Amino acid sequence: MKAFFIGRHRRNSELVLIILSGVVTTGAYVLAALGRLASIPANVLPFLIVVLGLFFAGHVATRFLAPEADGLLLPLAGLLNGLGYVFIARLNDDLAAQQAVWTFLGVGLYCATLLVVRRSRDLEQFRYILLLIGLGLLVLPLMPIIGQTINGSRIWVRIGPVNFQPGEFAKLALAIFFASYLVDKRELFQAGTWRVGPLRLPEPKHAAPVLLAWGVSLLVMISQKDLGTSLLFFMLFLLMLWVATERLAYLFSGLLLFMAGAYVAWTQFGHVQTRVDAWLKPWDDPLGGGYQVIEAQFGLASGGITGTGPGRGFPQRVPAAETDFIFSTIGEELGLLGATAVLMAFVLMIGAGLRAALGARRPFSKLLATGLTGLLGVQAFIIIAGVTRVLPLTGVTLPFVSYGGSSLLANYAILAIIVRISDEQVDRAPDAPMPGRRRAKVAAGAR
Amino acid sequence: MNRQIRQLGVAMLVLFALLFARLNWVQVFDAEQLTADPLNTRRVVRDFGQKRGNIVTADGVVIAESIDVDGRFDRQRQYPQGPLYAHVTGYFSFEFGATGVERSYNDELAGHSATQRFESFFDFFGDGDVSADVTLTLDSELQQTAANALGERRGSVVALDPRTGAVLAFYSWPTFDPNAVSNTEIDAARAAKEALDDATGEPLLTSAHRQVFPPGSTFKVITAASALENSLVTPTSPIFPEVIRYQLPLTDVALQNFGGTTCGGDLAQSLARSCNTTFAELGAEYLGPTPLIATAERFGFNDTPPFDIPLTATSRFPDDYGIQLGESDKNPPAPIVEGSSLLAQASIGQFDVRATPLQMALVAAGIANDGNIMEPHVVDRVSDSADGALLARVDAELWRQAVVPQVASTSESMMIGVVDSGTATSLARSGLTVGAKTGTAEVNTLAGAEDTHAWVMAFAGRSGSEPEIALAVIVEAVPGLGQQTGGAVAAPIAGILIDTYFG
Repeated sequence: MKAFFIGRHRRNSELVLIILSGVVTTGAYVLAALGRLASIPANVLPFLIVVLGLFFAGHVATRFLAPEADGLLLPLAGLLNGLGYVFIARLNDDLAAQQAVWTFLGVGLYCATLLVVRRSRDLEQFRYILLLIGLGLLVLPLMPIIGQTINGSRIWVRIGPVNFQPGEFAKLALAIFFASYLVDKRELFQAGTWRVGPLRLPEPKHAAPVLLAWGVSLLVMISQKDLGTSLLFFMLFLLMLWVATERLAYLFSGLLLFMAGAYVAWTQFGHVQTRVDAWLKPWDDPLGGGYQVIEAQFGLASGGITGTGPGRGFPQRVPAAETDFIFSTIGEELGLLGATAVLMAFVLMIGAGLRAALGARRPFSKLLATGLTGLLGVQAFIIIAGVTRVLPLTGVTLPFVSYGGSSLLANYAILAIIVRISDEQVDRAPDAPMPGRRRAKVAAGAR
Repeated sequence: MNRQIRQLGVAMLVLFALLFARLNWVQVFDAEQLTADPLNTRRVVRDFGQKRGNIVTADGVVIAESIDVDGRFDRQRQYPQGPLYAHVTGYFSFEFGATGVERSYNDELAGHSATQRFESFFDFFGDGDVSADVTLTLDSELQQTAANALGERRGSVVALDPRTGAVLAFYSWPTFDPNAVSNTEIDAARAAKEALDDATGEPLLTSAHRQVFPPGSTFKVITAASALENSLVTPTSPIFPEVIRYQLPLTDVALQNFGGTTCGGDLAQSLARSCNTTFAELGAEYLGPTPLIATAERFGFNDTPPFDIPLTATSRFPDDYGIQLGESDKNPPAPIVEGSSLLAQASIGQFDVRATPLQMALVAAGIANDGNIMEPHVVDRVSDSADGALLARVDAELWRQAVVPQVASTSESMMIGVVDSGTATSLARSGLTVGAKTGTAEVNTLAGAEDTHAWVMAFAGRSGSEPEIALAVIVEAVPGLGQQTGGAVAAPIAGILIDTYFG
């Protein structure tokens, strides 16, 4: 019965945290309205009820479908999503209305994923289908008619009235494929029977997927002008390869390959050079390439330690303040304190995800949880690093925070799978009743 | 795999700690500098709709005011004098921030300076209006005269009081209408700004202090002062040869006098006649690099004057002429260096010497004020908009001592000599003591092009008393317009200003 108690305890603390994050979100919403219009919005109470109701629904789904999962993941996603919504609403009412719809759909997708994926290992059998789907989604924007170029990146697909970024969903599909493939082949990668000088490498045919991933990521970078996504895919693959093989050499050689690729891209492609110039010396072109980054720095600086207060800064001066630059909006209006809170939320989320990976029994689940958590963490890192000028800007969304339907939906699906794996990990007492075990016993008895 | 997962956790922690450190840098340690960046318009935006004081000339003409409007903002900045003071007031735009005095005195105009804040803190029952008016040192009559005299020729007129550094006239053409850029209608303001950015002559880039030009022969005053200060020459000895050309050291190239004439005589005569040969030889063979660089820098070259209109450019005097190769045959000998031929050209204000018109006005002012260059400023005082109470006054401050008083006095006499019997005789005025130096600076354009900048710097005072006004005028070279000399083109403009000032 211990597991039951662990589960119930976790669910109760999750509920408390969800209420807390709902209250924080509503508080920020009220402050933003006060700051902007000097009046308390009429819909505060309905807002609070909807926020709480929405995540309560997610909580109930978790309680029934993944009762023993980590209780931090959903409240953290709720907090980030809620804060993101507040700042999107503060910037643009139309986008806020859409984001609200996407949030509903996202939480719905979270529940649906938990419902459909009852055991993480069930995913393994679909690996080649998922590979095809993943690659298909990646190249979809390059297709004529439906492919759309927005803000210089060809990463959009338009079907009817709906625009979406298939790359967001490709991440999930490819992560599952990688996890399954690497778990299968990891002995081959570990063995390293092919000697080249001092290096022991896997046979070329086994290393081929690594090179393929490298090639595809560069190809995406070049053809779709989407540096962020290509970096993300490559990091995802490298992390999983490293964790699966337990060989650091893969990580480092992969990073070297990427750097070499990035260097060549920098010398060859104008849009890459623009990004690098805007990073290293934005003040050389303050009204052109450097404008966005400079305005973001001004915004962060004007926020200082405590921020200007929600609704009282000028985040709209930064282009793409609702999407890629949502973090500078938060930093400006909530200051160093608020920005640090967002960083902490991501650190806690990564911690919870990796804890799920550590606890997972099956290598596939372990690797998948690591990959998906790494994906969230790396994505958050590269966009925040871009906004704060630690790295060149590569346009990706800040998970759960930025405006964007595809991103929000995909991230809720990722969250659900991490929650699912987390639910499978609980250390049960040896005599704890467990469906699988009981069946095994019965089988043994029958023999 | 667990070990790697833990390592990944640690790596993520390190990456996020890096972001945290960077945030501290941007939001706390570097925040002040970022907030002060000229491109940062956030403070302007905050101040935009608030009450804002007037900017008025010394004689009370309102040149910037806020008027009530209906629209995005409660108020709109208006400049009743149009383009005349654009380069002084700057513009005050929601889209493009503020420039000029609108920028440098933004806190005072908006009521955000420390004193004003203190006042508003105790002003519980007042209307909260703590904005202040800024009164300039500029004289409206002199400013209008400068604009009329220059007309629609590219160039600048800077006039200031050498005793205090107070700027009396500050005009550059092309100029612009600050009303258009300050329009609160985004599209109109943007269109105006784009048109100005694309306009020839860069009207937004005030040529009086944000652009540099070869100063040409006006620089000879500094070369002469340097030689006097180092006791290498006196105004009357030695006698420089009457020649047509001067062979540049270590080269086959000869430097000619203007118009290919013979020129020479003692230092005073050479300055009056503006002999290139004399000053090239003086720089290369009497002075050498070190003393001339030192004097140029004491006059303000290679430094930026503390000026209350932002973004003043730095005037340049090249300071690297390579290693020493020998000595000149003068007594005492000067080092002959790899770049002596360049130094010879720098000595007559060519080669890579570049100066703002403001800088050359300061050179004239320094000579006229016993060698002391005062900090130039256009703002005289700040006073409360409501009751006129004085909040702050800009005092005369010494910027730098360019030369000792004795050398200044000698140079002053020699510049008076230029008006008495030299290239600037058109500036002679009865009842006044006027000193000047003209310049006709070649522009490094295509071979054969003869376009020149026409310069004059001058000072004037009532006979028997100290000079009261120092000026620099440049009429810029315009491709195809050909040669225009300082004496014929720039000096008359200075003359009109002097007449107006003393008239």
